[in-house]
Amino acid sequence: MAIDAQGLADLARGAAFLGSGGGGDPHNGRLLGEAAVARHGPIALIAPESLADDALVVPCGWIGAPTVSAEKLPNGREVMAGLERLERLMGRKVDAVMPIEIGGGNGLAPLVAAAQLRLPVVDADGMGRAFPESQMAIFNIRGLAACPAILTAACGSTVVIENSDNLAHERIARAVAVAVGGIAHMVEYPLTGAQTRENAIRGSVSTAIRIGAAIREARRAGTDPFAALFEAMRRSALYAQAGVLFDGKIVDIERETRAGFSVGRVVLESFGGGESMDILFQNENLIARRGGEVCAMVPDIITLMDRETADSITTERLKYGQRVKVIGAAAPQLLREPRALAVVGPAAFGFDERYRPIEALNGWR
Amino acid sequence: MRVGVDVGGTNTDAVLMEGNEVVAWTKNPTSPDVSGGVAAAIDAVISKGGIRHEAISAVMVGTTHFTNALVERRGLDRVGILRLASPSGEALPPLTAWPAELCATVGDSVYLLPGGYEVDGREIAPLDESRVRAAARELRSRGIAAVAVTSVFAPLNAAMETRAAAIIKEEHPEAAITVSNAIGRVGLIERENASILNAALTSLATRIVSSFESALHGLGITAPLYITQNDGTLISAARAAAYPATTIGSGPTNSMRGAAFLTGCKDAIVMDVGGTTTDIGVLANGFPRESSIAVDIGGVRTNFRMPDVLALGFGGGTRIHLDASLHRAGGLDENSLRIGPDSVGYRITEEAMIFGGHVLTASDVAVAAGRVHFGSGRPPDFSPAVLAGILSQFRRLLEEGIDRMKTSREPARILAVGGGSFLIPDSLTGVAEVIRAPHAHVANAVGAAIAQVGGQVEQVVNYESVPRSATLERLKAEACSRVTAAGGDPDTVEVVDVEEVFLSYLPGRTAQVRIRAVGDLGRQLAGAHAHDGATVGAANGH
Repeated sequence: MAIDAQGLADLARGAAFLGSGGGGDPHNGRLLGEAAVARHGPIALIAPESLADDALVVPCGWIGAPTVSAEKLPNGREVMAGLERLERLMGRKVDAVMPIEIGGGNGLAPLVAAAQLRLPVVDADGMGRAFPESQMAIFNIRGLAACPAILTAACGSTVVIENSDNLAHERIARAVAVAVGGIAHMVEYPLTGAQTRENAIRGSVSTAIRIGAAIREARRAGTDPFAALFEAMRRSALYAQAGVLFDGKIVDIERETRAGFSVGRVVLESFGGGESMDILFQNENLIARRGGEVCAMVPDIITLMDRETADSITTERLKYGQRVKVIGAAAPQLLREPRALAVVGPAAFGFDERYRPIEALNGWR
Repeated sequence: MRVGVDVGGTNTDAVLMEGNEVVAWTKNPTSPDVSGGVAAAIDAVISKGGIRHEAISAVMVGTTHFTNALVERRGLDRVGILRLASPSGEALPPLTAWPAELCATVGDSVYLLPGGYEVDGREIAPLDESRVRAAARELRSRGIAAVAVTSVFAPLNAAMETRAAAIIKEEHPEAAITVSNAIGRVGLIERENASILNAALTSLATRIVSSFESALHGLGITAPLYITQNDGTLISAARAAAYPATTIGSGPTNSMRGAAFLTGCKDAIVMDVGGTTTDIGVLANGFPRESSIAVDIGGVRTNFRMPDVLALGFGGGTRIHLDASLHRAGGLDENSLRIGPDSVGYRITEEAMIFGGHVLTASDVAVAAGRVHFGSGRPPDFSPAVLAGILSQFRRLLEEGIDRMKTSREPARILAVGGGSFLIPDSLTGVAEVIRAPHAHVANAVGAAIAQVGGQVEQVVNYESVPRSATLERLKAEACSRVTAAGGDPDTVEVVDVEEVFLSYLPGRTAQVRIRAVGDLGRQLAGAHAHDGATVGAANGH
């Protein structure tokens, strides 16, 4: 499969949904990708199964606060500089790249470098959605090393991190991102082909493309884009359940850029008044309460979408008065295992509530 | 009494309103000099209404001139574009993803210069004053006077844009400079795009607004002149001349608000058929539906608050292209038939066949089919089969447009407005009913006459001294009271926007808050400058 201009737009739309509000603005990533595809041609998307066991596969993504990414744009050298430095460090060429997370702009992060270097993108990612912190990747959950990792920034800085503790790596990387202005590109968790096959969330890139295509086609045909989204989710092997959690308008948004994250709370009210929803976020939407009762929580997906067009609204683009539907979806099964919940479940974000699956909380099926 | 005027590409409409009553109306062709048509329209409603000029309390004008200029790429200035951001942002230079023809019109004078701020208040790079100076000199020597300046995080700290503008002015005194912090909020690409569009409209806006002023002056009207904005509120003529981009979306806003007012409908699809285009928008709960994320203007992404509208290239003056030798024979060759998108515009009264001209327009077909009766010349002599063939093409165009804007499969209610609304048939697929209210053909001018007043409060606040909820309540109340002070009806005032940006480089939990409220116009407008959203408690923490 090859990703052309339309595939890129579909991927941007699908990843914006799967990002649970995070991963950064998909529009700028799409513009960069379009320019790269126009210059270098479509990008190859390959199945993890086709990787050689000893291939070098490098996850890419931006680290920092999405609120900054809407304003301070990339220089354009960041991804290539990171990959080149990693190749020097490891003494070999990169064979394939993939998104560290299939969310927002980060779902498209490796595409420009892939086009320039004529590298394939692996149809997989490290999170099955987007999460705010590096150690929340499935690779850490499965005991793989994040380092060597390389941060590159618009100002030209390059920082190599070598640390065997993946949590320490996240803290150092976060501090570097803050120091260079709140956003930096990072290559981390360099993997072998075999490790990618065994541990990555497989099929997530093509799933995002299919979700984006379903919404696009529904809009063109004048049918309900939400119904199309749910149908595409049901057909995917990764995300079994999805549905509407709330329909209303944003009556308060409190959002702060703090310690390298965008953190805050959004409050919604139903159109007739009466019902309300409260969502807390740290880059990504983490927990949604309807009338004070939890109705969705990490690692399940919570995304706010324009209630007419089904455009996903990432957390940095939320505005007072927006009329939205809050859509929830079950996280991939890999993220619901006990060892994963310890790293990406509610307790990992300081919530007291025990994890309950979204389908149980909402009586789906 | 208020006069509402809609200056379109084809017609200039005016209404005289007293309270909620339309006292008089008129529809005149737009004159090439704009001013003459505006004066004629205002003069007509004044004499029809039988009132004295002194009885007029305000004149509100909405115009699609700026949108049309962008869509048709005419009357635009070449723009010198300075972005203060390097080394950040070079991957996405200004004009990325703009339509090629608009880029060609606006020009390629782009300067990527060091500068901008980080979110924590540091400089990304210091402003290089000598390079700004050199850019200004180069623009001056090339005769480019319209300039747009955008720096990273200017909505948090405008100092670098202000300094750059001062330097440009020193080197290039004739420059008309748009600084991005005056026109948009956080979101660099969208704000920069809006600033460039604004700069491109600079001389056109000056010309158009002064032609409105001279029209009023010529009639001896001393009442204040207001221009309607994207969000349906009013600004002074002087402000509109400096910030035309904030009025670009006022046409659809006015027609939708006018349609809602004339019919009392709160949920419907509004179809405004003019001479050149049909604008299709959606009323939801009485308000024009807006796009949540971004709005395209002439194919350019911005983040203005304005209605989400689909513009079809189909109106009363739209040219119908067909092979004359084939249609005279009685049959219609579908392949030789093309509807628009070109229009005769205001020349309809000379060029259309029903006015004795030689150009076949959509209006000629409607008259020939007996849908409507107007004009002085002979309608085209088509067989019923040919007419039916063309009319079915019209129907298909409109039905496709409705379908694209509909958000449910339920049959829609259509509010048909605008001078060309006779082109909308009474029954359409997917439509429950077509409502044609009295005065619907001048709904846009009615929308201008009932434009709202806006009020804005902007302040840097510290939540450690007063809690956030109490602070926001106080500022919301202040914004609302500014609306009533400016003549807004207290029963209709509501908060439409709350923007809060935390300033992490200041001590404590300090935020810049901007709150905007709007309300329907009460009986009288208050002071002439209260509607500009003047700010209070100006930012003092930078």
